[in-house]
Amino acid sequence: MNILDIIINSLSTGGTYAMIALGYTMVYGIAKMLNFAHGDIIMVGAYTMLVCINRIPYTTKLGNMVADMLVKQCGLEEKVAANITVIAFGIISLIIAVIVCMLLGMIVEKLAYKPLRGASPLAVLITAIGVSYLLQSAAQIIFGPNQQNVPVGDFGKSKLFGVEISNYLIITLVVSVVVMVGLTLFIKLTRTGRAMVAVSEDKGAAQLMGINVNAIITLTFAIGSALAALAAYFTLIKNVGITNNMGAMPGIKAFTAAVIGGIGSVPGAMVGGILLGVIETVATKIPVIAPYKDAISFLVLVIILLVKPSGLLGKKRREKV
Amino acid sequence: MALLEVKDLEVNYGVIRALKGINFHVNKGEIVTLIGANGAGKTTTMQSVIGLIPIKSGHVVYNDQDITKTPCHKLVNLGMSQVPEGRRIFQELTVYENLMMGAYSIKKNDTFKDDIEMVYKRFPRLEERKSQIASTLSGGEQQMLAMGRALMSHPDILLLDEPSMGLSPLLVTEIFDIIQEINKEGTTILLVEQNAKKALSIADRAYVLETGSIVLEGDAKEMMNNDDIKKAYLGE
Ligand SMILES: Nc1ncnc2c1ncn2[C@@H]1O[C@H](COP(=O)(O)OP(=O)(O)OP(=O)(O)O)[C@@H](O)[C@H]1O
Ligand SMILES: [Mg+2]
Repeated sequence: MNILDIIINSLSTGGTYAMIALGYTMVYGIAKMLNFAHGDIIMVGAYTMLVCINRIPYTTKLGNMVADMLVKQCGLEEKVAANITVIAFGIISLIIAVIVCMLLGMIVEKLAYKPLRGASPLAVLITAIGVSYLLQSAAQIIFGPNQQNVPVGDFGKSKLFGVEISNYLIITLVVSVVVMVGLTLFIKLTRTGRAMVAVSEDKGAAQLMGINVNAIITLTFAIGSALAALAAYFTLIKNVGITNNMGAMPGIKAFTAAVIGGIGSVPGAMVGGILLGVIETVATKIPVIAPYKDAISFLVLVIILLVKPSGLLGKKRREKV
Repeated sequence: MALLEVKDLEVNYGVIRALKGINFHVNKGEIVTLIGANGAGKTTTMQSVIGLIPIKSGHVVYNDQDITKTPCHKLVNLGMSQVPEGRRIFQELTVYENLMMGAYSIKKNDTFKDDIEMVYKRFPRLEERKSQIASTLSGGEQQMLAMGRALMSHPDILLLDEPSMGLSPLLVTEIFDIIQEINKEGTTILLVEQNAKKALSIADRAYVLETGSIVLEGDAKEMMNNDDIKKAYLGE
């Protein structure tokens, strides 16, 4: 057990949670609904990559060709060439998964949630649960109930200050930080980003400014779903097998992270996600409490909500004049 | 010529009939005021005209164009702007960012700098506080911001819903002076007010709304001398 190892593990787990939590929190902030199907978008992202990598005929052939070429043209070792090819295909399939998830998020919003705009929150929540089951069942029908592996390549290990650290952890960490900074700048600095803030605050006033609220809501679902696809890649990169309900647990935990940070708050989702990553990682390293790491996460949620009901960075509802 | 014309406008909230078929118009260059007691339907009128509340029946015509079914966010580009009841500025954004939101509808904005200067000139307090978070502004400053924000889109008609709400008498006078200035510079004004005296004093024409119906209309100055109006709305 090493401090650096713990830090990097915490931050990369936390970064993944933050990616998912951002989807929950942005949709909540802007559409004022809990998208319970958000976790399942991760699953769809993962299966999209499975299809791209394992199921399309000729990808294996094409892969072998590329690997051969690398060996012949660049003089790489066969093993290295194969690994690079797998990584490249993984990244291409990630891009496809991002697009597929964005489209799926927008379609779900349009078909399932938009007709319920203005309906009771309970009706929307139940619809979201319905969408969640629909996606999980569809995946089970298409891909079967068994766990499957999706190789996205071996990123190797690095030595950092004398400690061996898996590169995928560092990649996860760096990519999540870049995404979080990018998203923050997007919201703060662009015209569309400011429109998102305006819509989350007051839809009526936003419309008076000429903001197309429906378009902003659609965009929010698209961004959240793209981040879910990224989270799916972070799961595959750890070489974890995928199943049709793989999105459920990370979904609930990331939702917890979003609530800890203050649901509706973008920086809150980031802080909450990282905090959850730290708690989980530290808990795993202490043998006595390791088996209860999930329970501990929820315990922290309860404690934080008792002390600060709106979450760490959540806003108190201001009284309207 | 009528810039805005409302014909037989009916609006319901569930079973409540908030507007029972009202007719009014605002001519180009005028200040027209809509006065009435609490719950008469003034805000409902303003919000349904600009598309924030669905209309049950009737028509809204703006610049010879039927906008009854036009979504609210498209009306800014046609030259309509509203300062809603309760101001509804964006609390989390700064003063400057709020003004930017006001200019949201203008995609390629070459005049943004001049526009914001124009707003600062009209409301010097806003320039002093341009980087302040809007939620920390005083009520009067918030009203100025709401008006400045609405002006950023170069409206041809400005709809003002109770701009005097919660302001000190001195500030009310200031705001009403500014409304007159804006009007003199060519913006048509539809003004909803509880403060009937003030509203009538700057308006060209007025309509009196009572539980969803227009019961009286006419020249604003004449209305100020109408005994019924004096009793019911001017507290004399
Ligand atoms: N969302 C709503 N749901 C149900 N009834 C509403 C709603 N909004 C307004 N009403 C009712 O419609 C009527 C007109 O309301 P409106 O807000 O237009 O009045 P107003 O003239 O602006 O009053 P005030 O001067 O107090 O602002 C009132 O009886 C009010 O209770
Ligand atoms: Mg009102």
